[in-house]
Amino acid sequence: MSEPVVQVKGLVKRYGEVEAVRGIDFEVEPGETFGFLGPNGAGKSTTIKILCTLANPTSGSARVAGFDVVKQRDTVRRNIGLVFQDPTLDSYLTGEQNLRFHADLYGVPRAQLAPRMKQVLEMVNLWDRRESVVGTYSGGMKRRLEIARGLLHAPRVLFLDEPTVGLDPQTRSSIWEYINDLKQREDITIFLTTHYMDEAENCDRIAIIDHGKIVAIDTPEQLKASVGKDRVQISTADDQAAIKELHERFDLDAAIHEGLVTFNVASGELFVPRLFAELSQPIKSVSVARPSLDDVFMSYTGRTIRDSEATGGDRNRAQMMAFRRGR
Amino acid sequence: MAIEVTDRDSASITDAIRVSVPDKGLRQDLRAVSIVWRRELIRFRTDRLRAVTSLVQPVLFLFVLGTGLSSLAGKGLPPGISFRTFIYPGVLAMSVLFTAMFSAASIVWDREFGFLREMLVAPVSRWALVLGKCLGGTTVATFQGLIILALAGVAHVPYDPILFLTVIGELLLLSFTITAFGVMMAARIKQIQAFMAVTQMLLMPLFFLSGALYPLNGLPVWLTVLTRFDPLTYVVSPMRQAVFDHLSVSPVATALLDPGVTWAGWTVPVGLCLGIVAVMGTAMLGIAIAEFQKTE
Repeated sequence: MSEPVVQVKGLVKRYGEVEAVRGIDFEVEPGETFGFLGPNGAGKSTTIKILCTLANPTSGSARVAGFDVVKQRDTVRRNIGLVFQDPTLDSYLTGEQNLRFHADLYGVPRAQLAPRMKQVLEMVNLWDRRESVVGTYSGGMKRRLEIARGLLHAPRVLFLDEPTVGLDPQTRSSIWEYINDLKQREDITIFLTTHYMDEAENCDRIAIIDHGKIVAIDTPEQLKASVGKDRVQISTADDQAAIKELHERFDLDAAIHEGLVTFNVASGELFVPRLFAELSQPIKSVSVARPSLDDVFMSYTGRTIRDSEATGGDRNRAQMMAFRRGR
Repeated sequence: MAIEVTDRDSASITDAIRVSVPDKGLRQDLRAVSIVWRRELIRFRTDRLRAVTSLVQPVLFLFVLGTGLSSLAGKGLPPGISFRTFIYPGVLAMSVLFTAMFSAASIVWDREFGFLREMLVAPVSRWALVLGKCLGGTTVATFQGLIILALAGVAHVPYDPILFLTVIGELLLLSFTITAFGVMMAARIKQIQAFMAVTQMLLMPLFFLSGALYPLNGLPVWLTVLTRFDPLTYVVSPMRQAVFDHLSVSPVATALLDPGVTWAGWTVPVGLCLGIVAVMGTAMLGIAIAEFQKTE
C-alpha cells in the first residue's frame, strides 16, 4: 500500500507556444481523495489528460497505478475510470445500454456485469431509470451516470475533471454526497480537479496549481494553518477611532470591509479577550473566522481565484484554441 | 496477468462485487468490434426518421425520374426494357450511398457530443473501434438497400434468389467501401457542417458519373474517362450485369445497355471490378485506422 498510485515527475506540456503545464511533481497515495485546485486555464485539465493517456507529455514522466502513461497506455486505461468535464454519454441509448457499451469496451466479464451494474447504478440512485433514454436525464443524472460508468470496471483510480461544473448548487452537493459515499464502499483513489474552493474542502490533500505550476500541496487544514492568521471583524461605537487604536496599541493594520473593522491576527480566539480588555472603544459585535482556502489561494498567488478567472480568460481561450487545433 | 480489483479491505467495504478486467488481447478487441457494430444497429433501429428520409431520394429516382423520363428515354430502349429497369441498379447503389455516408457522419456527431472520447480512452485497439464502425455502417446501409431490393417488381426485375444473393453481396461491398471512405474523412473533418458540405459535394458527382442513369458506351471521351475514375462505376456495372442476366433480353440490347466497364476497348471482368472496390475500401479503412491511432 506504500507505493504511490499516481507519480508525476517534471511534467511539461506545450501546445505550440502555450506552455500549459510547466514542470510539476507530485504523488498521490492509495485511497486518497486528491484535488487539483486552480482557476480555469491553470493547467488542471491538461494534467488530467496526460494522466488519463489522452495526451502525451512534452517532457517529464507520469505513472498511474504503477504503469507509465506513455509506454503502458492500455494498462493504465484499464485501471482508471474517467468522468470528464463535458458529457461523453450517448444520449440516444438508455442508461443501461451506455453501461453495457462501456463494459464491453473494458472487457468486464459477462458473469460479473449484471451484479456490478446494479451496484453502481444503485450507488448513484439511477437503478430505476436505467431503461430510460439518456436524452431524457437531467444534468445531474447524466453526471451521476457518468460516475457509475467510470466505476463499472472497478478502476483503481477514478479521475473526475470538474465533476460539478455547470450544475446547480443543490445538485453539486448531491454529487459530492455520492463521491464521499463511494469512498466508503469502494477501495479507490479519487483524483479530481475543481475551481470551487468549497469543494476542495472535501479532499484529503490539495495541490494548488496556477499558471501551469504547483504553488502549494498539503491537506486543506495544513494549507489553511500555513496562512497562519485568522480574520477578525468587529463593530464599535467609533470605527475610525478603533482602527487608529488597533494600529497604535496592537500594531495591527485594520480596514473597513463589509462595513466592519477587519484585521488578520494569529490565534484570533486568544486575541479577542485581550481586545475586550484593552480597547477603549466599546465593542458592539465580534466575529473570528478561520482562514478559508480562498485566503490560502490568495496568500500563494497574490490573487483570489475569482480575480484569476477574470484575467485568466484570454490565456484560457488561447489554450483552448491550441487544444482544438491539436485535436 | 489479470488486474483484480476486489474487496481488499473486506471489512470496510460493504458489498464490492469482484470485477476482474482481463488483459488486452484479440478477444477484447473483437468484443469491442461487436459492441461498436451493435450500437450502430441499435441507433438505426431507434432512429426511424433517418431510415425513412434516406429512402426518399432513391424512391424519387425510381418512381418519379424512372417514370417521367421513360417516355423520352423509352424511345431509345429496345422493346420489353423499361427505363425503370435500366436505372434500377443505380437506384440500389444510391440508397446505399447516402445511408453509408450518414453512418460515417455519426463519428463526427460522436466527436461533437463527446461520446467519441468514451471510445478513444477505452483499453482496446483503435482498429477495433474503426472496424466496428465500418461494419455497422455496412450493415445499416445494406439493410436500406434491401428495402429498395424488395421493390424489384416495380422495376420489372424478377425475384430470383441467385440474383438477390449476388446483388446483396455487391451492396455489402459498396456499403463497406463508402462507409470506410466516410470514416476516413471523419477522422480529419471535425465539424458536422463541413462534413455534410463535403459529403454533398462528393456524393452527387459520384452518383452521376457512375453510369447509374446512362449506359457506359458511346460517351464523349472526357465523360468516358471520368466514369472510369468513379469507384461507384465498378459496382453499378456488375449489378446491372446481374440484373440483365436474369432478364430475357436480346444480345444486341444487352450490348447496348449493359456493355460493362471497358478500359481502352478491354472489358474489365466483374471480378476485377469488384476487386478494385474491395481494395479501395480496405485501403481507406487502413488510412482511417492510422488516422485514429494518433495521440495528441
